[in-house]
Amino acid sequence: MRGLVAVIKRELVSYFITPVAYVFIVIFLAMNGVFTFNIGGFYERGLADLEPFFSFHPWMYLFLIPAISMRLWAEERRVGTVELLLTLPISTWSAALGKYLAAWIFAGIALALTVPVWITVNWLGEPDNGVILASYVGSFLMAGAFLAIGACVSAATKSQVIAFVVSVVICFLFLAAGLPAVTDFFSGWAPDIVIDTVTSFSFLAHFDAITKGVIDVRDLVFFASLAGAALAANVLIIEQRKVA
Amino acid sequence: MSAMIQIKNLRKEFGPIVAVDGVSFDTPKGEVLGFLGPNGAGKSTTMKMVTGFLPPTAGTAVVCGHDVLKDPIAVKASLGYLPEGAPLYGDMTPEGLYKFIAQVRGIPRPRRASAIDRVKSLVKLEGVMRQPIETLSKGYKRRVGLGQAILHDPPVLLLDEPTDGLDPNQKHDVRRLINEMAQEKAIILSTHILEEVDAVCTRAIVIARGRIVADGTPAELQARSVRHNAVRLRVRASADAVESELKQIATVAGVEREASANGVARCLVLAKPGAVIAGDVAGRVRAKGWAVEELVVEPGRLDDVFRDLTMSPSAGSRS
Repeated sequence: MRGLVAVIKRELVSYFITPVAYVFIVIFLAMNGVFTFNIGGFYERGLADLEPFFSFHPWMYLFLIPAISMRLWAEERRVGTVELLLTLPISTWSAALGKYLAAWIFAGIALALTVPVWITVNWLGEPDNGVILASYVGSFLMAGAFLAIGACVSAATKSQVIAFVVSVVICFLFLAAGLPAVTDFFSGWAPDIVIDTVTSFSFLAHFDAITKGVIDVRDLVFFASLAGAALAANVLIIEQRKVA
Repeated sequence: MSAMIQIKNLRKEFGPIVAVDGVSFDTPKGEVLGFLGPNGAGKSTTMKMVTGFLPPTAGTAVVCGHDVLKDPIAVKASLGYLPEGAPLYGDMTPEGLYKFIAQVRGIPRPRRASAIDRVKSLVKLEGVMRQPIETLSKGYKRRVGLGQAILHDPPVLLLDEPTDGLDPNQKHDVRRLINEMAQEKAIILSTHILEEVDAVCTRAIVIARGRIVADGTPAELQARSVRHNAVRLRVRASADAVESELKQIATVAGVEREASANGVARCLVLAKPGAVIAGDVAGRVRAKGWAVEELVVEPGRLDDVFRDLTMSPSAGSRS
């Protein structure tokens, strides 16, 4: 437990002692602004809600979350500090979980800094704050799932660039699983059950359900189990690939 | 003295390559064991298995009574480890790194500051504790790495090439530090610098192609040199006369001539294995009435022994 806390602290601090954290937060907030007000048509819609704000989150996360997760293990493996970390008296699980939680907390901090948008919409009208809160929860959970995938990919390589690119591709597959681009590939030859299974992995579908204001246990379980599976794979990869 | 490190038939295969091929030895408290071998002999791989970083293909290691296969966390808690090349988090400061290590290692909060202070003065990091590690010189980085290994004052230390890349003064400091700690700990250090073995080790193990090829005190290893007990001689006489005269001594194995000048012959008189020839050589020189300018008994060169052990075709078999 003390090892887990120490790892979280170290990782979190390392985001902020390098420019990574500040660059990331500034870009995240700026993009949020652009998407919400310019592209999303926040004012033109005349509705007091944050739908234009949240609807772009999955697509922003697609590129920004792998940028947070790419260095988690790849950098440790490249520099060799993985040997230092894993010869400390902590389990590989605590190390992996600590790194993951630190990255997730960091994503949470970035997300929390968007709260002024929430305040703005309350000042302008009377939005359904329950829906907005649920959307924040959904957005945070989705970020967690993306991060777990990114951390797992990062563990498999020494190169941050490879970690980034592969993470984006895998995250895109999960994101777009329900879109025609992916389902068309299966329709016509695969049985319906395969198409349904693939569609059920769609981040978009689960995220949309939550942003409607209904936090369904199934959606929570989806994101949690996906993150759990990715973390388990992360631990296995680290155990297997210490040598290279 | 009970063994604090027991290495039992460790073996590691990477695919078809056998990196470590059945290495066994024990290290008791108070011993500084020099782990010698050419690059790629399996030194680092053996250490990585003892620390629990790499799983062995076969065999195991027991550190302070904990089996690394059954309780790797307890093993990791009781040892300090300096990985090869001393990898460190470059964006952290030594202070930040030590706080992190202290927390992970469970040093109670009130004792952390004093533990860090102790290490700071032991490895001489005053003045750089708040500088990012990546901005430090190689010598400082190595000392920061050494510091993290001894932060929790572990009973067992594994140091993979601790003096590699240091200047002579820094090497001296690190060796002095190892000597100071030697009484209380069991220390294994790997090196390919042979003078280091003389300077700090109480025992040396030579490993080649994954197998132990020699195990003994540094003096015992030196005794295996062809130059052990050889006599370095400089006398006023013709080199031919010196060579032919000394070769007649029964215990002399041969005479190596070195550059002669101005009527002074220089040569190295080699002893037959186990023989002490200094007295006979001196007696013969005196009998001939040659003026002696130098007569020194050679202890033997570890370099020669090292080369013989690790290069010969039979290096793979135990001797």
